[in-house]
Amino acid sequence: MPEITYREALKRALREEMQRDPTVVIWGEDVVAYAGGGAYGVTAGLAKEFPGRVRDTPIAEEAIVGVGLGAAMGGLRPVCEIMTVNFTLVAWDQIVNHVAKQSHMFNGQIKVPMVIRTPNGHGRTAATHSQNFDAWFASIPSLKVVAPATPYDAKGLLKTAIRDDDPVIFLEHLQLYSTRGEVPDEEYLIPIGEADYKRRGKDLSIITWGRMTIESLKAARILAEEGIDVEIVDLRTLRPLDVPTILESVRKTNRAIVVEEGWRTGGLGAEIAATIQEQAFNYLDAPVARVAGLEVPMPYARNLERATIPFAEDVVEAARAMMRNEY
Amino acid sequence: MDRESLISLYRQMLLIRVFEDRAAEMYAKAKIAGFLHLYNGQEAIAVGAVSALNPDDEIVVNYRDHGWALARGCSARAVMAELFGRATGTTGGRGGSMHLVDVSRHFWGGYAIVGGHLPLAVGLGVAAQYLGTGRVTLCSMGDGSTNIGTFHAAMNWAKLWNVPVIFVVENNQYAMGTAYEVHSAVPMLTKAAGYDMYAEEVDGMDVMAVREAVCRAAERARNGLGPSFLNMVTYRFRGHSMADPDVQRSKEEIAEWRKRDPITRFADEVLLKRGLVTQADLDAIRKSVEEEVEDAIQFADQSPEPPLESLYDYIYMQPVSNMQIGGSLIRPPKLGGRVAPNGKR
Ligand SMILES: Cc1ncc(C[n+]2csc(CCOP(=O)(O)OP(=O)(O)O)c2C)c(N)n1
Ligand SMILES: [Mg+2]
Repeated sequence: MPEITYREALKRALREEMQRDPTVVIWGEDVVAYAGGGAYGVTAGLAKEFPGRVRDTPIAEEAIVGVGLGAAMGGLRPVCEIMTVNFTLVAWDQIVNHVAKQSHMFNGQIKVPMVIRTPNGHGRTAATHSQNFDAWFASIPSLKVVAPATPYDAKGLLKTAIRDDDPVIFLEHLQLYSTRGEVPDEEYLIPIGEADYKRRGKDLSIITWGRMTIESLKAARILAEEGIDVEIVDLRTLRPLDVPTILESVRKTNRAIVVEEGWRTGGLGAEIAATIQEQAFNYLDAPVARVAGLEVPMPYARNLERATIPFAEDVVEAARAMMRNEY
Repeated sequence: MDRESLISLYRQMLLIRVFEDRAAEMYAKAKIAGFLHLYNGQEAIAVGAVSALNPDDEIVVNYRDHGWALARGCSARAVMAELFGRATGTTGGRGGSMHLVDVSRHFWGGYAIVGGHLPLAVGLGVAAQYLGTGRVTLCSMGDGSTNIGTFHAAMNWAKLWNVPVIFVVENNQYAMGTAYEVHSAVPMLTKAAGYDMYAEEVDGMDVMAVREAVCRAAERARNGLGPSFLNMVTYRFRGHSMADPDVQRSKEEIAEWRKRDPITRFADEVLLKRGLVTQADLDAIRKSVEEEVEDAIQFADQSPEPPLESLYDYIYMQPVSNMQIGGSLIRPPKLGGRVAPNGKR
């Protein structure tokens, strides 16, 4: 199978869906002119291929989402790009009070077939530009929240998200855009709501998503050399959570570590750990552990940033401690 | 303005230019990382504006903030050290390029979320009005920031409460790659007209024009005449940030604007023309500026990184009892803490 980047996989999904459905449009800041298309190059060239359907917007995230919502109500399938997840904060009222309210509050009279694409990530950009709100998005009823880790998942999930009649928050990652992986030329879709075993193992379950899936895979290779055989459950969808797959894995391995990039307090790890102890308490040989980002506004300095973000080494450390029954 | 003051304006602009060019070099050498938004081309705005204000007038700007920090008197050493992420920087390496600050100089910071700082500039103005300090608040922003909700909210509020605030638009005609005509429906001054706000269009490449416009606006504010809106037309000579390949602006357009370079223009049209300096004087100024920036680079490079133990400093300014360090977080081993919550380690 040919290998392509995560970025290219996303672009192919956008292209295929735009070819398939003339109501799909792309709006966002700098998706056309800047550096050939997109702050991170995902939409590069698409404006030429689809005249009038890919448009640069003013810097006004509240309106990018709000106008996108109205257009979705009015018959389009907008894919709105918010340059980074940090700027979604400007649009949170639209997302929470408007996008996520229409279907249920209006008793099924309104559907919102829109996608909000936005990357997580860091890279020495300091506190306002290095954040992760996965857990917040995942706590909002009526949103679907997707966070693919690989090019294969990115393409299949984005195509599904665009066809979905509900609003989908599509969380990408700056550190993943240039990673490569196998993606078939033939069309395929990946259902929203299904986790994926990225590695099978018997000793403990690592439940994770996004960039931390990649870090956890690195950790798994190191741990395998030490005789620790981890299973990696890549959630892929953060809302609704695939609880059956999480439980299936934990009931087999009897140990679980939730690995997330964002802040620990109120993180998705807390929700998953609570769910496991509610539904699989008797299967556990150890408390459910969490690896998460340190709870500080991200510092710019190289050493402090590095200390704040979780890496494979932190997963390795947590897994070793768990296997030594130190939890 | 006397001769010394005019020469000082020149030196400050040149300091910013040389500082930015060397910072770009340091970025290429990976001494600086992340986003680095350079001020080349826009020097006349920070320098002219700061020269028109009192030292205790408040200043709030966006992430393109090196020039403002230097013009406000932050040392090249402290600013460069911040770009290097060192303990000796303006925020001890925490904020980096986009978040410079020096409250002792009434420089309230660079803000990296477009439009995020506009309401707080109005708030600083309201505080000054309420406390009767007589201070004026200058708030600078890019042209691209004039379309977001907070812009309109801040404009309306400032006018409604007659706040002593000066909105300075550094209109370099692009928001990243998006040209003014693509992001804005109406000319800039029309936006101010919508709030019936005193407004001027200013040549942002002319330091004296900037200075005079800010003087007028500050005087209005101090006399109780409320907010002003200054559309400073300018151009950035480099890409949006060091990450920008700058492909969307034509070579001709850039060359055309470079002819209006605010620094050479001020030297030619004011300093040399009026016989205030000789070319030898200008050369000497350049040499001293280059030395100052080289010294700043050496200083930054030799400064230590912030200590790891400082990571949790200032999470709160007022300590809370019974708080585990870092909130509910167990410190990971790399910070000298323990990984397991039961304390077995
Ligand atoms: C709310 C928000 N949206 C998007 C961005 C990303 N961004 C940073 S600078 C910029 C362009 C701003 O242009 P302008 O206001 O004209 O300022 P200039 O950079 O030209 O000085 C954008 C879109 C951001 N920082 N904040
Ligand atoms: Mg601009």
